[in-house]
Amino acid sequence: MESIENVISGSCSIHEQKVIIDGKVGFEGNIDWSMPEFLKKVYKNFEMKYPKFYKMDPLTKLGFTTAEILLRDKNLNEKYDDADIGIVILNRSSSIDIDKAFQLTIDDNDNYYPSPALFVYTLPNIMAGEICIRHKFKGENTVFIRKEFSAKFIQDYVSLLFQKKKAKVCIAGWVEVNHTQYKSLLMLVENTIFANSYDSGHTFDTNAINKLF
Amino acid sequence: MEELIERLKGEIIEVLNLEDVEPEEIDADAPLFGEGLGLDSIDALELIVLLEKNYGIKIEDPKDGKKIFFSVRSMAEYITEHKGK
Repeated sequence: MESIENVISGSCSIHEQKVIIDGKVGFEGNIDWSMPEFLKKVYKNFEMKYPKFYKMDPLTKLGFTTAEILLRDKNLNEKYDDADIGIVILNRSSSIDIDKAFQLTIDDNDNYYPSPALFVYTLPNIMAGEICIRHKFKGENTVFIRKEFSAKFIQDYVSLLFQKKKAKVCIAGWVEVNHTQYKSLLMLVENTIFANSYDSGHTFDTNAINKLF
Repeated sequence: MEELIERLKGEIIEVLNLEDVEPEEIDADAPLFGEGLGLDSIDALELIVLLEKNYGIKIEDPKDGKKIFFSVRSMAEYITEHKGK
């Protein structure tokens, strides 16, 4: 019997110097590396070849890198219309690190040189925008600031996007950076017709999301 | 002039985060935008800040930017001509 289900068809998580792809360690860094050093190694290891990466702030680098690994070989643009591919990301600290760095460039009236390169990243939505630019996604993209990770919020919001026909597939999860602390989890969630519901893999529910987080 | 060009190459790599680029890979006469280093409009703004912060040179007319930032050499020439004015 055919059924339409929301399923997690892929995931990538980066934290504690590890890249976890679909639940398995895909790359492990040295614990002594700083977060920027680690992400640079990840970028090179997965041969991303996107020089703009170097210009991104740490939050965008983390979100971009996680999405890049998640979306490898997924060919979303072939399966879906660009306007049906959405992004929903949550985090706690917004773009606080780059906000502070930019503030430093305008704090001193005698040394007042606002940096355009820093300014452009002083919004967490830029992270979602960079992923959209890279992959030519044109669907709804939103970044929510929340105190804590919430599997229920992600499930509810993405399901609503599907229900309201705002998206057919969604990159959803959590990307958080605050100074040296960082953690990301992005999932590929598809609203798909399956011949048998038991073939659908990971059902998109709070248990599955929490397990991946 | 050559010394200034070398210094500028290092500064450009630093402020624009061109981490994979070595100073010797930058052709002083090659266009900075479009081809060459493939810089964008935000990079152009950052170069304007660089001139002001490191050399005390303010570009009064934005239309001059295209000529000044054509290449590393044109930047160096502009700095030499306008520094201390």
